[in-house]
Amino acid sequence: MKTTYGIVALCLAAGLPVTASAEEPVDPALYEVAYSEDGRYFNSDDVPTFNIAEDGTVDWLTFSGFRRYHAECHVCHGPDGEGSTYAPAVKNAAIDLGYDEFFDVVVNGRQNGNSVMPHFGDNRNVMCYLDDIYVYLKARGLDAVPRGRPAKKEAKSDVIREDENACMG
Amino acid sequence: MKKLSLLTSGIALCAASMAYANDDLISQMDNASQWAIQTGDYKNHRYSELDQINVDNVGDLQVAWTFSTGVLRGHEGSPLVIGDVMYVHTPFPNIVYALDLANEGKILWKYEPKQDPDVIPVMCCDTVYRGVAYADNKIFLHQADTKVVALNAETGAVEWEAINGDPSIGETNTATVLPVKDKVIVGISGGEFGVRGHTTAYDMATGELVWRAYSMGPDEDILVDPENTTHLGTPVGENSGTNTWEGDQWMIGGGTTWGWFSADMDENLFYYGTGNPSTWNPAQRPGDNRWSMTLMARDIDTGVAKWFYQMTPHDEWDYDGVNENILTEQEIDGEMRKLLTHFDRNGLAYTMDRVTGELLVAEKYDPVVNWTTGVDMDPNSDTYGRPAVVAQYSTSQNGEDVNTTGICPAALGTKDQQPAAYSPRTEVFYVPTNHVCMDYEPFRVSYTAGQPYVGATLSMYPAPDSHGGMGNFIAWDNLKGEILWSIPEKFSVWSGALATAGDIVFYGTLEGHLKAVSAETGEELYRFKTPSGIIGNVMTYEHDGRQYVGILSGVGGWAGIGLAAGLTNPNDGLGAVGGYAALSDYTALGGQLTVFALPN
Repeated sequence: MKTTYGIVALCLAAGLPVTASAEEPVDPALYEVAYSEDGRYFNSDDVPTFNIAEDGTVDWLTFSGFRRYHAECHVCHGPDGEGSTYAPAVKNAAIDLGYDEFFDVVVNGRQNGNSVMPHFGDNRNVMCYLDDIYVYLKARGLDAVPRGRPAKKEAKSDVIREDENACMG
Repeated sequence: MKKLSLLTSGIALCAASMAYANDDLISQMDNASQWAIQTGDYKNHRYSELDQINVDNVGDLQVAWTFSTGVLRGHEGSPLVIGDVMYVHTPFPNIVYALDLANEGKILWKYEPKQDPDVIPVMCCDTVYRGVAYADNKIFLHQADTKVVALNAETGAVEWEAINGDPSIGETNTATVLPVKDKVIVGISGGEFGVRGHTTAYDMATGELVWRAYSMGPDEDILVDPENTTHLGTPVGENSGTNTWEGDQWMIGGGTTWGWFSADMDENLFYYGTGNPSTWNPAQRPGDNRWSMTLMARDIDTGVAKWFYQMTPHDEWDYDGVNENILTEQEIDGEMRKLLTHFDRNGLAYTMDRVTGELLVAEKYDPVVNWTTGVDMDPNSDTYGRPAVVAQYSTSQNGEDVNTTGICPAALGTKDQQPAAYSPRTEVFYVPTNHVCMDYEPFRVSYTAGQPYVGATLSMYPAPDSHGGMGNFIAWDNLKGEILWSIPEKFSVWSGALATAGDIVFYGTLEGHLKAVSAETGEELYRFKTPSGIIGNVMTYEHDGRQYVGILSGVGGWAGIGLAAGLTNPNDGLGAVGGYAALSDYTALGGQLTVFALPN
C-alpha cells in the first residue's frame, strides 16, 4: 500500500486487516520490515512498521511518533502510552486494533459512558502524523523501544519532509 | 473606546440603585466558624482564626466523619460551610451536595447537571473542578462545559443559568467563581486548544452578562484605558493587546483565566493572572504576546484594567501566570503598604504594590530555577521588570525541532494552582511547591478549532542533584524574598495549604497524607493517610463548639496523568514518568471527604 497523506485519503485508505493481541505471541510478519521506501518501512502486507538498528537508532517515523504522541495524546493517555488516572494505556493499541481500526478510532473517536476518546479526523497535527504515531505505538507495544525519548534516529527523508509540508498546508 | 464608555455608564446607573448582595458574603466570610469561600477570604489568605486545634494538641487529631463523593477523578478545591450546611462539589459531572451538619451529614439536596460528555476530551489534564461559591443565598456552580448555574442554597433549585463559552472550540472550565458586590466574575480554560482567554462578570441576581475582558485583542475587547491603564507605571498605550503579536495569532492567543481571584473592596479592584500564549511553540508567535502571562488589576464594576504586569513575556516553557494573588498589609521601610504576593509557575515569587502595580520583590522560591538569572529591578532600565533569559534554556533561541534539556522548573511550574496560605500572626506564606525539571522540544502545529493546539513534546523528572523528591513545602518571607524553611516531599505538593490561629499549617500530599506542621518551624506534628492522593485544599470550620478540618482525597489532575504508568521501573529513564509512577505504590483513584476533630 502506498502511504497517502491527504486527510480524506486516510479515511478511505484500505489495508489488510491485521489483528493480534499483545498478550499472545505476535506474528513477526506484522512488524518485520519487508521493504523500505524514502525513509519509511513496511511489512509484507504494505502496512507501516518500525525499524530499529542494532545500535538503537530508530527510523524517523518512530521518533516523530514519539514527539507527536507526547504533544497530542499524552495529556490523557500518559507518558509513553502507559495510561494515566484519566485514560487507559494505549501502547498496545496499534497491535491490538490493527492498522485500519486504529485509524478508525483516532479519526472518528469513540465513547463508553464518561470515558470519551475525541475524534481527530480534522486535526492536521494528528492526521498528518498518524502513520508516525501508529508506528511508534507498534514499537512500544512490542517493547521494541523503551520508555522515554529515543536517543538516536534516522534523518528525515526529503520525501517525508515534502509530504509533511503538503499535508500541514 | 466609545462602546466601552457607554457600557460603563450603564453599569453605574444600575449599581447606584441597588444594595450589594455580597454584604452578606462579607459577613459570612468574617465568621470564623464557617468556610464561606474557596480562598478563605477575598484576600486569599486561606487563614482561620479558629484555635481550638493548635500546636499543642494537633497530634491528638482523629477522623470525625467521612463522605464519599461517588466520583473517581481528581478532586481539587474544598467544601464550603455556611451555617449548618456543608456544600461539597465533585469533578465532572460536577455534582453538588448540601450536607446537614446538624444531622450527621444527611444529604439535604443533590444537584447533578446534565453535560455533554464531549466536553471531557477537551479538558486538558483531567476533569477537575476547584469548587462552588456562595453569596446571596445562592450556590454558584461553574460546570466543565462553561455553564454557570445559580442554585438556591436551601433547596438546590436552579435560579438562573448562563453559558460562558463553547466547548466545541475547546472552551471549558475548571475554576471557581468570584462573587463580589452584585456580580459573579468567572474565567475560562482552554489554552492548549487555542482559546482566547477572557474574564466575564454576570449579574448575580439575573445571570445577565455585564462585561467581558479578553486577555488579548483590540482595546475595546481587553477593556483598557490606553492613557490610564499602566504596565509598571507606564501607560500601556493604544493596541497593546495586538501590537506584540504577528498577524492574527492573538485571535487564538491563549491567556486563559483558570486560576483564583482575589479582591480589595476599598480599591474596588479584583486581581487574577492570565495563562500561557498559544501555542507552546514560541516560533509560531513572535513578540511579547501581551497580555498573556500577566497579573491584572481590574475595576469590579466596569472590568477596566488599572494595571498589568507581564511576568513572562513571550513564554517558551508553558509557565501560565494564573496562580493566586494573596493580598496583605505589611510594613516596608517603615511604611504600611497594600501588597500583593504571587508565586508564579515560572519559579519567581513577586511582591507588588497592589494599588499602583509597582514591582517590589521578584525572587526565586526554589533554588533550582535556572531559565532566568533574575528580574531587572531598575526602573530606569529598558528591560525594567523583564526576566533575563538564560540562552541555554531558551526553547525559543534554540529553535523548533531542538530538544532543550535540563530546564527548571518544568511546565507544571514551581507551583501550579494549588494555593498557598498566609498567617497574619507570623507574616509568613506557606507554599506547596513542585521540584520538577524538564526537557522541552517545540515544533510546528496547525490550528483546528476544538482540537489540541500544543506544539511541543516534553519530559519531566525530579530536580537533579537535589533530595530526589518532586516537591517541597516551604515557608516564604515576601518582603525579603527568602525561603525560611523547606520540607522535602517525595511527590509534588498539589494540595492547597491552610494556616490557623493555632499556629499550625495543614497540607495534603499526593500519597494521601493530611499533614499538620508548626507555623514557626515546619516541624511535623500530625499525619493521617486518607484513602487516595490529595490534590484538594484544606479547610476548617466550627460546629456546635467543636473545630473541624476537612480535606478532599482523589488523586488526578496533572499529577495523576502519570500515575497508572507504575508498571515500569521508576528508576528507569527520566521523569515525572518515573517519579509519579511510584505513586501507584502508595495510592489509587478515590473520591472522599475526610473530616478531622479532636477527641471529645
